[in-house]
This record gives sequence, structure tokens and C-alpha cells, in this order.
Amino acid sequence: MDNIKIKTEKLNLYYGGNHALRDIDMSIRANAVTAFIGPSGCGKSTFLKTLNRMNDLIDSVKIEGRVLLDGEDIYAPKVDTTLLRKRVGMVFQQPNPFPMSIYDNIAYGPRIHGIRKRAELDGIVERSLRGAAIWNEVKDRLHKPALGLSGGQQQRLCIARALAVEPEVLLMDEPTSALDPISTLKVEELMGELKKDYTVVVVTHNMQQAARVSDDAAFFLVGEVIEFDSTINLFSRPRDKRTEDYITGRFG
Amino acid sequence: MNRKWKDGLLLGLIYLAAAFSVLLLAGILGYVFARGISAISLSFLTTVTSALKGTTGIAGNIVNTLYMIALTLLIATPVGIGSAIWLNEYAGKSRWVRLIEFTTETLAGIPSIIYGLFGMVFFGTVLHFGYSILTGAFTLTLMILPLITRNTQEALRAVPDAYRTGAIGMGAARWYMIRTILLPSAMPGIVTGVILAVGRIVGESAALLFTAGSGYLLPKPGTGFLHKILESGGTLAIQLYLSMSKAQYDVAFGIAVVLLGIVLLINLTTRLLTGRTDAASRG
Repeated sequence: MDNIKIKTEKLNLYYGGNHALRDIDMSIRANAVTAFIGPSGCGKSTFLKTLNRMNDLIDSVKIEGRVLLDGEDIYAPKVDTTLLRKRVGMVFQQPNPFPMSIYDNIAYGPRIHGIRKRAELDGIVERSLRGAAIWNEVKDRLHKPALGLSGGQQQRLCIARALAVEPEVLLMDEPTSALDPISTLKVEELMGELKKDYTVVVVTHNMQQAARVSDDAAFFLVGEVIEFDSTINLFSRPRDKRTEDYITGRFG
Repeated sequence: MNRKWKDGLLLGLIYLAAAFSVLLLAGILGYVFARGISAISLSFLTTVTSALKGTTGIAGNIVNTLYMIALTLLIATPVGIGSAIWLNEYAGKSRWVRLIEFTTETLAGIPSIIYGLFGMVFFGTVLHFGYSILTGAFTLTLMILPLITRNTQEALRAVPDAYRTGAIGMGAARWYMIRTILLPSAMPGIVTGVILAVGRIVGESAALLFTAGSGYLLPKPGTGFLHKILESGGTLAIQLYLSMSKAQYDVAFGIAVVLLGIVLLINLTTRLLTGRTDAASRG
């Protein structure tokens, strides 16, 4: 039996009157890449955001059910979202480096959590940038603005920034949809590397990408998980007709 | 009439309109400088008007103007920036917030003499501050608060939401995110608002005439900042008004030159700062 990192139980989410996620039960394995696929508006990104409580920022959202991280409910009243988001980091669809230097971008997270010593930060910055396979490209310009990097480099910088706080889980919300094919390839290769140390959950519009990078995959449709299985099974022997229709390109 | 000819005529009219506005500005500036420059001398800028010593000078008014700018900004800047942060980042979109924003917009359009009337009665009489720089500064605070608040709000709105979600997603508390990401990104816009406010303070006369009064003396040696702000103090714009009403046109034009110089300086500074912001956003 594999080690389960995140488990959701009867998770329901409402945007005002809109029932956006329905009864989601899912177990996400540690040190694996889990992909969420499905057509636009199916709830896959919304579900991803419940895993580090990013939906808390939206007033009209109501959540029922439980999300267990290592067996503990992250929606329990005593949970500190700062610590939660340190353990469960996030990479967004649009690369969003802050308007500051490359170095300060990476050091941003560690500084939130009270790391101030220059030598310690230097080490974290190098390790994080190496971890996101961008160190060689930026090591000579660490104190230049991050906004001067290309889109693909910016996205790997954002991955490095997320790694800097040593998270356990990395959530990636369509991380390559704004990137060119070569940058996409680099980020995909990176995901394979990252799962050695982290649990990776990725939302993607691109089925080939899901097939290439993920170990497990979940197919979402109008707020429900239609099918959740190993990626090989889901793509080669889908059990549900709707999954088959989607992965063979009949809709979506 | 053929089309080419009509086109040419229209173009000519547009050039004429442009030339008219440029000439108008140049004419006013030229006339004021020509009439006023002779009044300006070292003693005009460094002494106060005194019948005993036989001097005519505006040193006291220059000092009062600086006091007025400093004191007003000291009160208005934190309040204005603070309320903008609250409105934009904390308050959400309730009916109350819309009411406050509507009020702020309306406040910005009220004639300044009405601020003067209110300031005189409320700060001067009810709160017993009398004719003083403090009364004037409180009155001007009310007047420029909308300017600073609106500019700060605009600057905060221009900061991409991706920065906010990015920082929150890394575990930053909201205030930490505001302090480390939003305020630095919005700073050029905020500074522009403050500089525009300085322009309003320097140029204001109606709101100050019956609040700050028309004192023109330098601070007494050996008295502190607090003592001076409780005394009557006319700014340059007030002194200009008073000189005009006494038909001392040479003095009035001299002050006008100094005022125009200050306004020009402020506009150039604003241009420099906004220009730098544009360059920064282009990366």
C-alpha cells in the first residue's frame, strides 16, 4: 500500500448558490505526480485550491467535508494557514514573479518564516534554483529584476520560489499553459525530478501532458470526479464512457 | 470645396488652437515674470516686512508655507494611505465601501471656501485652535485627503492580483504582503498623489484665509515647532491675496514669481517620478 499524503472525504464546495464540487473522495499518493484533467469549468482548479485553502480568499465560498494532510484536517479551526501554505506550496498558471530581484523572489518565502541570516538565505536561494533547474541560467544575475526573465524562466523561478520554503506538497495550476513548447518540456522534466522529494499535484488542460508526467490521474466533469486511477489505466482502459469520450477527444 | 483643401483648413485650425493655448501660458508666465522679477531680491526673500526697519520681504510667508506643507502632509498622508489600503485590500465590496468612495469623490469637488468656512468654525472656534497654522493644516487635510486616498487606491488597483495570490499562496499574512509587495509596487503612484497634494497646499488661499490667518512674522528665536503652529501664519498665496487687496502690485507679482517657481518645480518632480514609473513597468 502506498503512502497517502492527502485524502479528501465528501468534499463539497459552493460558490454562493453554485455547487462547484460534489462529494469528492480522493487519495493522493506521496512522492507521485497526480494529474487532474477535464474540460474548462469542471472544478479541477477549484479542487486544487482547496488543498492549501486558497479558496479562503473568496468571500462567497463555503466548504463542507474534510481535507486530510498526513491524516490531519487542514480546515480544523486551529490550523495556521501560514504554516499550511509552507507545507503545501503553489505554482500558478501565469508566472507571477514579484517585481524584485531574482534573489529576493526566492528569499521571500523563507523571510516570511523568519529566516534572516544572509549566509543561510544564500544557501536556500542556490539550492532552490538548482532544484528548479534554472540555477545555471541565472546564477550571474541574481540581483537583477526577475521580470527581465523570459516566460519559461519566470515559471521555473516561481517553482524555485515555492521550493524555497521546503514544502511537502507542490500544487501546480496549469503551470505550462502560458509557456512555449521548449519551456513546457523543461517544466515537465522538472516534475519528474520533483516527485522524488515532493508530492506533486498538477492541473492540466493538456491530456498528452497528463499522460507523460503523471502517475495517477483524475477526470473531473461538472464538479465531480468521474474516474480516478493510475494514469496507465485511465488512459488505456477507462471504465467510464465519459472518460473515454473525453480522452479520445470527443468533447472538451 | 475639394477634400484636400478642407483637410488643410482643419489641420490649420487645430494648429491654431494648440498655438493659442501655448501662447496663453507663455504670455501669462512672461508677463508675471517680467513684472515680478524686479521685486525679487535677497532681502525680499530673507526678511519680513517691517515699517521700523523699512524692509519688504516674504521670508515669514515662505517659512509658513513650508510649515503648512509639512504639517498637513504629516496628518493627511498616513490617514489617506491607510484608508486607501483599507478600502482596497480589506473592506471588500459592501454598500458601505461604495458609500465611502462616493463621499470621497464628492469631497474632492467641494469649493475650497466651504472647507475654509467649516475649518474656521470647527477647528478655530469649537476646538479653540483660533487662527493658526494648525487650524489651517487640519482644514487642508480635509481638502487633500480625497486626493491622496484616490491616488493611492488607483496605484493599489494597478498592482496585478497575481502578486497578491502569489504572496498569500506562500503563506504571507495579508499585512506582510501589503508591506513587502503592494506598497513598494504602488509607491510611485502614491508619491505622485502626495506631490499633487503639495501643489494644492501651496496654491490654496480661500480655505486658509480664515483658518491659518495672515501672520507674516518669522518664528520667534528660541521657540519650538509646537509654538509656531499655534500662531497665525499666512502662506505665500495668502500674502499674494493681501498684497493685491492693498494694491501693492509689485510685491504681489514678486510673490507670484516665487509661487510659479514652486509649482513648476513640483510639476517637474512629478513628471520625473511618473516617467520613471513608466520606464520601470516597461521593464
